[in-house]
Amino acid sequence: MIERLETLVLSLADDELIIGHRHAEWIGLGPILEEDIAFASIAQDETGHAQAYYQILTDLGLRTPDEYAFQRKASEFRCAHLVELPNFDYDYALALMRHYLYDAAEQIKLQALREGSYDPLAGLADRLLREEKYHWLHATTWIKRLAYSTEEAYLRLKSAIDQLWPYAWMLFEPLPEEAEIVEAGWIPPSSVLRERWLELIQPTLISANLFPPPPASETLLPLQGARKGLRSPYFDELLQEMTEVSSSEPGAEW
Amino acid sequence: MYGNLVIRPEDIENWGKKVHEEDPEKLAEFEARIERGEKIEPQDWMPFEYRRQLIRLIEQHAHSEIIGALPEGTWITRAPTFRRKLALMAKVQDEVGHAQLLYSAAETLGKPREAMINDLLSGKSKYSNVFNYPAKTWADTAIIAWLVDAGAIINQTTNSKGSYGPYVRALERICWEESFHLKYGYDSVVYLATGTPKQRALLQDALNRWWRPIMHFFGPPDNLSVHTEKLVKWKVKLATNDEMRQQFLDMYVPKIWELGLTIPDPNLRKNPETGRWEYSDPNWDEFWQVINGNGPCNKERIAVRRFAEEKGRWVRRALLESQARYVTPLA
Repeated sequence: MIERLETLVLSLADDELIIGHRHAEWIGLGPILEEDIAFASIAQDETGHAQAYYQILTDLGLRTPDEYAFQRKASEFRCAHLVELPNFDYDYALALMRHYLYDAAEQIKLQALREGSYDPLAGLADRLLREEKYHWLHATTWIKRLAYSTEEAYLRLKSAIDQLWPYAWMLFEPLPEEAEIVEAGWIPPSSVLRERWLELIQPTLISANLFPPPPASETLLPLQGARKGLRSPYFDELLQEMTEVSSSEPGAEW
Repeated sequence: MYGNLVIRPEDIENWGKKVHEEDPEKLAEFEARIERGEKIEPQDWMPFEYRRQLIRLIEQHAHSEIIGALPEGTWITRAPTFRRKLALMAKVQDEVGHAQLLYSAAETLGKPREAMINDLLSGKSKYSNVFNYPAKTWADTAIIAWLVDAGAIINQTTNSKGSYGPYVRALERICWEESFHLKYGYDSVVYLATGTPKQRALLQDALNRWWRPIMHFFGPPDNLSVHTEKLVKWKVKLATNDEMRQQFLDMYVPKIWELGLTIPDPNLRKNPETGRWEYSDPNWDEFWQVINGNGPCNKERIAVRRFAEEKGRWVRRALLESQARYVTPLA
């Protein structure tokens, strides 16, 4: 049972840790000062959420949050490839669209976890939703504002969602042994969550003419296996950076 | 974080002349208000030079905050534990928030934020020299958060006794937040100082490299500074550079020694007779070199800001033209 719980919690925690890492890269590079601050604040929340998820496992006698974040091999991570994607050339449309699609998924997952049967997770979800409310408000406000402004802004958002769509879709790749996880009542099946996610984002994206059709299966194929430990080509570099200091003197306290 | 207002000789050309052109009655009333300890507010009458010098001061301060976020910001993704990562994120976010507060304070004097950013990018407007040095290791971030922020607190606490209301109020809030940065920095330093030999060496190396920029932090010595009586009278400048430097040394040298660290200046000592700190010349030529754009990171820092400015231009344009309500063609 504990292995399945770890599977579920790591999928949630690792997504938060890595999206926090990517958002933090925007500090100093935002299009306006207020966005530097917003992305820094969101990154801080997500990183804190990752720590809180790991702590649930620590409380069961598994590893500590720092061990999970800083002492695992790449293949031990369970994040989706969407969060691993680099900020490439710092295209704000791409960062904003990833933030929007990701936080929509988080809304759905947290609402489901809150109703789930595992109390520590349900309680945490309830707490996190209070902070996530503002991430969601931030993302939707910006998407709506930019989608209806200039042609350039619209085209950038369009190109961003086209690029990210298969990755976002795979946020809901079924977990290993998902049937048992669902059976335990912790969270509904991924397919159900994806439907709820689509319902949440559809109205905004359709009216802004930004809603893509379901991704073709061949675009999804290379993205499979993330929840089993298959990492994207971008992950090794990220992990190396994240552990640069902690691994420079193993066992030291910082 | 903040470096002291740098006044170059060329900055005070026509200085006296402008003052004398002011209406003497209004000027006398203005100076009497400051003398009584009243705050000057944006809608109040103020001399041209007061406005000009305050814009320069607050603008330099704001620029220092956004540029200062860069050397530390690059270490967020490399921070070694959750505790440090979260604290560093919060700190850097604070610094950018301070820039936002300060640009707003400067805007009350009539210069728009865009104009200030443009002057930063063109090199017309300066920021604290200390951010033109690289943060090479994790220990550098600890030294910056402790000692550079300590210097900033001394400087800002002094300035918060100033005469311009919006700036003073911004500084009060900033000092409050900076005091947490100082605690974070000191805590990080203590962990390194009491850590493994490698960690101690890392810390000592960081102190060795940062000591000179920290000595430069408060600006050139009083005997080399241009005369600033008017700024003192108007409570724009409240302490001399040397006074603030002495205060810093008094407060922090004992703490640095207590940690078993060596300060890279064999002549540093407190003269028991004068009660003042004596130290080697920290190479003021280097200070002027860095101010004039020739520090180790000047070009890189401005290049990053310029990159952000260019990459974000379409966003700012879209915000200004939000009424365009672009609708995609159906076919």
